[in-house]
Amino acid sequence: MSLLSAENLSVSLGDKVVLNGVGAAFAPGLVTAVVGPNGAGKSTLLDCLAALRRPDAGRVTLDERALRDLSSRERARRIAYLPQNAEIAWAVDGRTFIGLGRTPWVGAWGLTAEDRAAVGRAMAVTGVEDFADRIVSTLSGGERARVLIARALAGDPQWLLADEPLAGLDPGHVLDACDLFRRLADEEGRGVILTLHDLDAALRVADRVIVLVEGRVLADAPPREALSSQVLKAAYGVEAHTLAGVRGPVLEMVGRAR
Amino acid sequence: MKTLPRPLILIGLLALIAVLSVASMSAGRVWVPWSDWASRQGDPAWAILFELRLPRTILALMVGAVLGLTGAALQGYTRNPLADPGMLGVSTMAALGAVMTFYLGAAASAPWVLPGAAMIGAGAGVILLLALAGATSSVVTFILAGVVIQTMAGAGVALALNLAPNPWAVNEIVNWLMGSLADRSVVELKLAAPGMILGCLLLMTQGRTLDALTLGEAGARSLGVRLDVGRLMLALGAALAVGSAVSVTGSIGFVGLIVPHLLRPLIGARPGGLLLPSALGGAALVLAADILVRLTPSAAEIKLGVAMAALGGPFFLALLIGMRRKLA
Repeated sequence: MSLLSAENLSVSLGDKVVLNGVGAAFAPGLVTAVVGPNGAGKSTLLDCLAALRRPDAGRVTLDERALRDLSSRERARRIAYLPQNAEIAWAVDGRTFIGLGRTPWVGAWGLTAEDRAAVGRAMAVTGVEDFADRIVSTLSGGERARVLIARALAGDPQWLLADEPLAGLDPGHVLDACDLFRRLADEEGRGVILTLHDLDAALRVADRVIVLVEGRVLADAPPREALSSQVLKAAYGVEAHTLAGVRGPVLEMVGRAR
Repeated sequence: MKTLPRPLILIGLLALIAVLSVASMSAGRVWVPWSDWASRQGDPAWAILFELRLPRTILALMVGAVLGLTGAALQGYTRNPLADPGMLGVSTMAALGAVMTFYLGAAASAPWVLPGAAMIGAGAGVILLLALAGATSSVVTFILAGVVIQTMAGAGVALALNLAPNPWAVNEIVNWLMGSLADRSVVELKLAAPGMILGCLLLMTQGRTLDALTLGEAGARSLGVRLDVGRLMLALGAALAVGSAVSVTGSIGFVGLIVPHLLRPLIGARPGGLLLPSALGGAALVLAADILVRLTPSAAEIKLGVAMAALGGPFFLALLIGMRRKLA
């Protein structure tokens, strides 16, 4: 079984310790949400898992091989990464943009029929066929979010790492995105790792929640246990508890913890 | 605006270049008609065609291709549509090298001294650029390093003018800085061609890197693109190509800025897809401008660099008005 695993990761930026001995193993077919207050090291953890940052100590392994021993192309074929506030520099149409996700696969002569088919599949899964000829930067936030996910899926990765993919989306689009992430894990067997600020979305979408605080793992468990009142108080300084909702657990924020 | 099929644009640009090349061989102070093209060596028409106009035409095409291609590559790399071949400071370093030969009075000693010194300047510029930008692959440090070099080399050129030993040196420096293709011969062509061709080939290999940078630096790296390698290739390619071009023509601005702008709405904004069309477009633009310059009925020939600048201003005005209309 494919396994993406962080072993004892430590990262310092200047004299600030951002990650301090973080370890976690991820299995495919599951959605994992990484939550925690601002500056807890969520994005840095994701960067390490995507090999965009080299940890000062510890290592990331993919199927028991160190990630940095893989060629950048091989790594990119297996792990897709969606940056926070993803930049779209030029006014390109949806099809061209999503085609960029094929970069780790294409040879010297551009996209092949196989590449185009993969782009088509990614567009079908995310439901963005209508945006193929639209300029991506002119799409609304919710539409753009789906195009960005399609771009990440175009390379047919085993792993999808997304940094704050729900930021700035309205509730309807948050639900759409959550459903999409669930389908990618349940139906396609991909491993999905998300950093989130929206704890209700984490309760809804995740099989497992990792709570990071000051570069350490405070909790790593199924959502209800990981987001217990104790943990929420320690992590965010809030008084909160989960309630049984009609569909599943929901979070009630009582107020600042005293 | 709907983009046009790529082959159509490439064929169109090639046809334009062919027409302009024929015009360039014929046009000038002396009109050489078709019938004289078969004239034999020793004929005055032969000398005009093959010793003056042929090298000038080839040089115009190559320099234009270099400027268009480098402009497109640097705009793609910096994700900034205002980037141009001059922004890395390499062309100013080349100019500094050339200006020093005038300052020292060495320019006239042999035909290769001036372009040779300019290439040394360009080479020093690249080494400085890579050293200053450091090991990080950040685009910002790269641009800032370019600005530093450009500023310092510009100050060096100004200083050479300031301290010039005599008015003739000043005159020569100013004349050269204005940029021109007049009276360039096979000697200059042979000196500059290898660097221009090699530089262009290096730039052409970076299409995929530039495409991926549409997603930003993190996005590109996550797709397996080696930005450190890409930056080295772009720096070497731009420096070789632009350094060689500047060394024989002096500075010619705006081409690298304008051409990708003109082509983007026609073939789409994907930066890798703009490289080849921008090279062809740049070649056509510089050759057209050079023909225009030759035909201008003024006592002294208008310098090509001056003509480009004179065309560039109104172009930007039109661009600005168009942008304001779109925003309003």
